[in-house]
Amino acid sequence: MIAVARAIVARDLLLALRRRSDVATALLFFIIVASLFPLGIGAEPNLLRGIAPGVIWVAALLSSMLSLGRLFAGDHADGTLEQLVLGAAPLGVVVAAKTAAHWLVSGLPLVLIAPLIALQYDLHADLYGVLALSLLLGTPVLSIVGAIGAALTLGLRGGGVLISLLVLPLYVPVLILGAGSVEMAAAGLSAQGQLLLLGAMLMVARHSRRWRSRRRCAFPWSSSPPQKSTR
Amino acid sequence: MLEATELECERGGRTLFRGLSFALAAGDVLRVAGLNGSGKTSLLRILCGLLTPTNGEVRWRQTRIQALREEYSRELVYLGHAPAVKDDLTPFENLCIACRLMGVEPRKEAVSWALSAFAVPDVPVRKLSQGQRRRAALARLLMSDGVPLWLLDEPFAALDTAAVAYTEELIERHLAAGGSVVYTTHQRTGIDSRARMVQL
Repeated sequence: MIAVARAIVARDLLLALRRRSDVATALLFFIIVASLFPLGIGAEPNLLRGIAPGVIWVAALLSSMLSLGRLFAGDHADGTLEQLVLGAAPLGVVVAAKTAAHWLVSGLPLVLIAPLIALQYDLHADLYGVLALSLLLGTPVLSIVGAIGAALTLGLRGGGVLISLLVLPLYVPVLILGAGSVEMAAAGLSAQGQLLLLGAMLMVARHSRRWRSRRRCAFPWSSSPPQKSTR
Repeated sequence: MLEATELECERGGRTLFRGLSFALAAGDVLRVAGLNGSGKTSLLRILCGLLTPTNGEVRWRQTRIQALREEYSRELVYLGHAPAVKDDLTPFENLCIACRLMGVEPRKEAVSWALSAFAVPDVPVRKLSQGQRRRAALARLLMSDGVPLWLLDEPFAALDTAAVAYTEELIERHLAAGGSVVYTTHQRTGIDSRARMVQL
C-alpha cells in the first residue's frame, strides 16, 4: 500500500518535471501578484510592512488554487484515474498521495520563495521564519481542502470558476490564522497560538479526508462514466 | 467466479438494460454486443466496480464486489475506452507505473519485452498514433499473468490485423490457463466462436 502511494507521488512528480511550465506558472503567478501590491500602493515602508502577511497569504491562496484544476482533470481525461481507482491501494491512499504530490509541486515552492517576497515588503528578518512556518503548515491544508473542490467539479464545464467559489470560502480560516500568526509576531507577541491552530487544522483535514474517501460515493467519478464530460 | 444478477443500469433518466444475469466460470469468455450507446461500457464499468448498478449486484467468488474492493481490484485487469497512458511519459514508464499501481514491482526486462511484443516504440506517448497507444495499453495484459479476470472495453479498436491476431492469441492463452475474459467489440474476431454472447 505504501509502495503504491509512493509510486503515485513519484508518477505525479515525474509528470510535473515533464511539464515544468505548469509548475512555473503557479509560482510566477504568486511572485507577480505579491509584487503588484507594492507597485500599486506605493513605497510607504510602514504600510507595506503592515499589509505584507495578508498580501503574501492571499497570493498563496490564489496560486494554490490555480493548479487545483489539474489535480484530477488530466487523469480523468486520459482514463488513468479509473486505473488509480482500480489499483491495489484504497481510494483514500490514492487521494492522499495525489494531494501530497500536489503540495510538493505547488505548495512547497511558495514556502521556499516567501522570504524573498517578504524582503520586497521590508518585513523584519525575524518574521521570515514565522511566515515560512505558517505557510508550511497552511499550504498542505489548502491542497487537501482544494482536493475536495477539484473532485466535486471534475468533469464539469466551467469547473475552474466553480472550484474557486467552492473552495475560497473554505480557505478563509487558513488565511486568518496564517496571516494572523505573522502579524502577532510582528507585534512582538507569540504566534504560537495561531501556528498550533494551523497545525490542528492540518491534522483534522488529513483525518477527515481519509474518512470521506472511505465512502466511495463522495467522489463523482466513481458513479459517472468519463464519456459524460468528453461528449 | 464472476456472477451478475438482475443488473439494471439507468443513465441520464434512460434505462439501458434491465434484468441482466449471467455467470462466468474459469476459462469462460463473454462477448458483450450491442449498438452504440446501448450500455456496453456501462456494463463493464459495473463489472469492475467503477459504477454502481441501479439494481442488482455483482459477486466475485460468492462475495459482493463492493465488500471486496481492493481485493477484487487486484484480481482484475480493466482496459477502458481511453488507453490510460500518460502523454508526457514513455510507454515504458507508463507500463512500469501501471504495474506498481497493481501492487507489483515490475522487472525492467519484462516490461521491455512486453512492449517489444506489441512493437511499441520507446518515444513519449504524445508522438504515438491511436493504434500504437492502444498497443501500449494492451501490453499490460502481458504483465498481468496471474490476474484471473480481464475486462476489455473495445480492445481491438484502432488495431491493425497483426495486433488483433496477437491480442486474440493472448486471450486464448489466458483462457487456456483458466482465466476469464469479458470484452466488447464491433469487429468480427477469432474468439467470437467460443465466446458466449450478451446482447444489450
